[in-house]
Amino acid sequence: MELFLQQVLNGLTLGGVYSLVALGLTLVYGILHVPNFAHGAFYMAGAYSAFFIMTKLGLNYWWGMLGAAAVVALISVLSERLVFHPLRKAPYLHHMIASIGILLFLEAGAQAIWGADFHRMETPYTQLLEFGGLTLPAQRLLIIGAAFLLVALLQLFLKKTITGATIVAMAQNREGAALVGIDANRVAMLTFAIAGALAGMAAVLYAPINLVYTSMGNLVITKAFVIIVLGGMGSVPGAIVGGLIIGFAEAFGAFYISTDYKDIIAFALLVLILSVRPQGLFAKGAH
Amino acid sequence: MLEIDSLTKRFGGLAAVNDVSVQFARGTINAIIGPNGAGKTTFFNLVSGAIAPTSGKVVFDGRDVTGLRADQVARLGMARTFQSTTLFDTATVLDNLIVGHRLRTKSSLVDVVLGTKRLKDEERICREKARAALDFVGLGHVENRIAGDISQEERKRVAFALALSTDPTMLLLDEPAGGVNPEETVGLAKLIRKMAASGLTVCLIEHKMDMIMNLADKILVLNYGEKIAEGTPAEIRANPVVIEAYLGSEHAAA
Amino acid sequence: MKLFSSTTGWLLLLALALAFPFLAGNDYHLTVMSTAYIYAIATIGLNLITGYTGQYNLAHSGFMAVGAYTVGILTVDHQVPFWIAFVLAGVVAAAIGFFVGLVSLRLKTHFFSIFTLCVGYIMYLLIEKWESLTHGTVGIIGIPAPPNIGSIDFTEPRPQYYLVLFFLVLSLWIMHRIVRSLLGRTFMAIRNGDDLAQALGINLMRNKLLAFMLSVFFAGLAGGLYAGFVRFIGPGVASVEHTFDMTMYMLIGGIGTLLGPLLGAIGVPWLTQYLQVLQDFRFVVFGPLLVILVIFLPYGIVGTWMNRKRRKEALAAQAAVPGSPREVSSIPAAKGATHA
Repeated sequence: MELFLQQVLNGLTLGGVYSLVALGLTLVYGILHVPNFAHGAFYMAGAYSAFFIMTKLGLNYWWGMLGAAAVVALISVLSERLVFHPLRKAPYLHHMIASIGILLFLEAGAQAIWGADFHRMETPYTQLLEFGGLTLPAQRLLIIGAAFLLVALLQLFLKKTITGATIVAMAQNREGAALVGIDANRVAMLTFAIAGALAGMAAVLYAPINLVYTSMGNLVITKAFVIIVLGGMGSVPGAIVGGLIIGFAEAFGAFYISTDYKDIIAFALLVLILSVRPQGLFAKGAH
Repeated sequence: MLEIDSLTKRFGGLAAVNDVSVQFARGTINAIIGPNGAGKTTFFNLVSGAIAPTSGKVVFDGRDVTGLRADQVARLGMARTFQSTTLFDTATVLDNLIVGHRLRTKSSLVDVVLGTKRLKDEERICREKARAALDFVGLGHVENRIAGDISQEERKRVAFALALSTDPTMLLLDEPAGGVNPEETVGLAKLIRKMAASGLTVCLIEHKMDMIMNLADKILVLNYGEKIAEGTPAEIRANPVVIEAYLGSEHAAA
Repeated sequence: MKLFSSTTGWLLLLALALAFPFLAGNDYHLTVMSTAYIYAIATIGLNLITGYTGQYNLAHSGFMAVGAYTVGILTVDHQVPFWIAFVLAGVVAAAIGFFVGLVSLRLKTHFFSIFTLCVGYIMYLLIEKWESLTHGTVGIIGIPAPPNIGSIDFTEPRPQYYLVLFFLVLSLWIMHRIVRSLLGRTFMAIRNGDDLAQALGINLMRNKLLAFMLSVFFAGLAGGLYAGFVRFIGPGVASVEHTFDMTMYMLIGGIGTLLGPLLGAIGVPWLTQYLQVLQDFRFVVFGPLLVILVIFLPYGIVGTWMNRKRRKEALAAQAAVPGSPREVSSIPAAKGATHA
């Protein structure tokens, strides 16, 4: 029983991280209508920024997280302005290639600066809490708590503020939003900033457990894609639910089936579901 | 030539096209009009096979084509153009048209790799058909121009030529005069009449009332996905339902 | 098509390629060039599905790995003769491509790319973890080179070079045939837009599947050649990085042309060779370069040059036709329209 609950905890942890990354990705998809392959590099950049802040500048974990959010938000907005905005009328293929260009640049850049080794990120939350026979690492609890908090804040922002509502509107219909006078550019930049911040923070949350390395974003981003394809591109609830589903599937799959092949689970799910329903699980209307 | 029977398409709870029935006779020019969002392009999509109907029947030249794929319907002789014409902008106009006759050819990968006579013959035929189609629409002289350089009106004609090179018996034209000035519109109308005169059945969606009133043999009026009127231009012009729904404000604007 | 610029141009390139071993300084240069040729074959395949048919396949290097591992597993573990294994490399890749394509080609373009990205990862992970089949992270060593033909020993750099060159020329020739033909035009029509292609009577699924299978067939064969040339393979062959490299080659040269990817596949590795320091960090330069190319020079170097040439020819032909209107009659409608 304890083992089962342990996996539930793991699932929530993973799900939290994946959801945060997928959320940013799905919001950006709503603006671009093209998957941003660089999102995984944003994730990685968040971890390295925090790492830099904590090791070189000697500041603590929370400053690292804040710094990471700011840095990645900036990188994200720059990408939008310098790369995606000029390409807005170009065919999708160009968007995809450009986002890959950004990805390659960020990864290679990180490797040039910090090398290809794995780095350890320190966290003040190394305690292990005992509760009902379960071992609850504090960091995992932090991840779960932070993820829920951030998701809740985001939902509040999207539903209760005007800016938030315009993001949602744009994600669903860009032309329509423009007609109503919404400043597409500002919304785009804001969305990218939020997406970047979320990815950066997710990385800082998870890095103490999973280490910091230049390709850390690759698997995460691919799974995030699986999540938004399954949950519906542009759908916020889809990203959250999808993230949890994948998180649980992986946690339980890793434990009960095989740790070796656990990474395949998300992809196998995607392959399976798209084979049967090419439009994804929650797609609405024609696309 | 074309028989539509209770054609319906629902998206979720919404009926984009609702129980529309109509018949189009061979060799005639038929216009489909209606306010924006009336379901005209959806109607075309249903007829040409681009989307599958929820219920109803489409009978083309005596054959039930309901639910067939768009490429199958095209092969049976129904060609169509789209509101926005995508061409290979960096290739010549003639180059753009050669693929139009592809559907009547049989060459396969083996023919291609071996460079068989069949392939050579079929490519020659495609090129000839392309040239003929281009001449028909009056653009023989631009065959070597880069497609990206021609005017909007010329683009529309090239789109017609592309449809014609498939050797169709029927043509669906979606806003053939979109973005074209009044003088050029008259030219396009003449071209459409020429197509009908050569034996083709033409259906078009258009908003330009003058053009339609002078051109069409029959007009079908859609509103909110439903047929609200059908008849000759004179009948439609006098029909109070149509006038109320659409024609009045449009006519003032057109 | 002006005969001078195309056929003579290609013959010139061929002559250069044949003479290269005599011009090159040492065996190392031959090896670099041969490897470039192998990846050129794979890139030409990728260009068919992406450049000509408009579907960006991110699993391409995975298929190349399938080819490499087919040769590796069959020759090392089952003593299958090299050439049989080589042919099977292409066949197995195409077969897997059939099933992947069947599922994925129904999807909209970016779904397709995401899907293939995942397929590529699955391939990589499977190669890494399925130790009983693929030897896992250790990789397969001691892959035999192609058997000697008479006294020609394919473990030597010069014969290897000519062998690979032979296959490159063959691939280019076949691809040239495909691209120039009605089949090639069909693929391009699909790239231009699914709806219009269907309205022209083109069966989307069948043609996309054909393009996809052909493209991964090339990848598989390239992989097989790689195995027989480098004689040792590991899971890294399937890394998506190689697909990114090949994307780079296509873009620099000119996506959707025949010469472009070839020049890119040969030129770029040489560039990184000379900028040795760039080797591991090549993407610091390539990344932004990709972005810049895609924004400012989407047709690549060769592509842009060819467009310009075509335009000149068109204007010249226009001027020669009697009675044709000299000036452009109205504002061209094509500004900002989708590029080819």
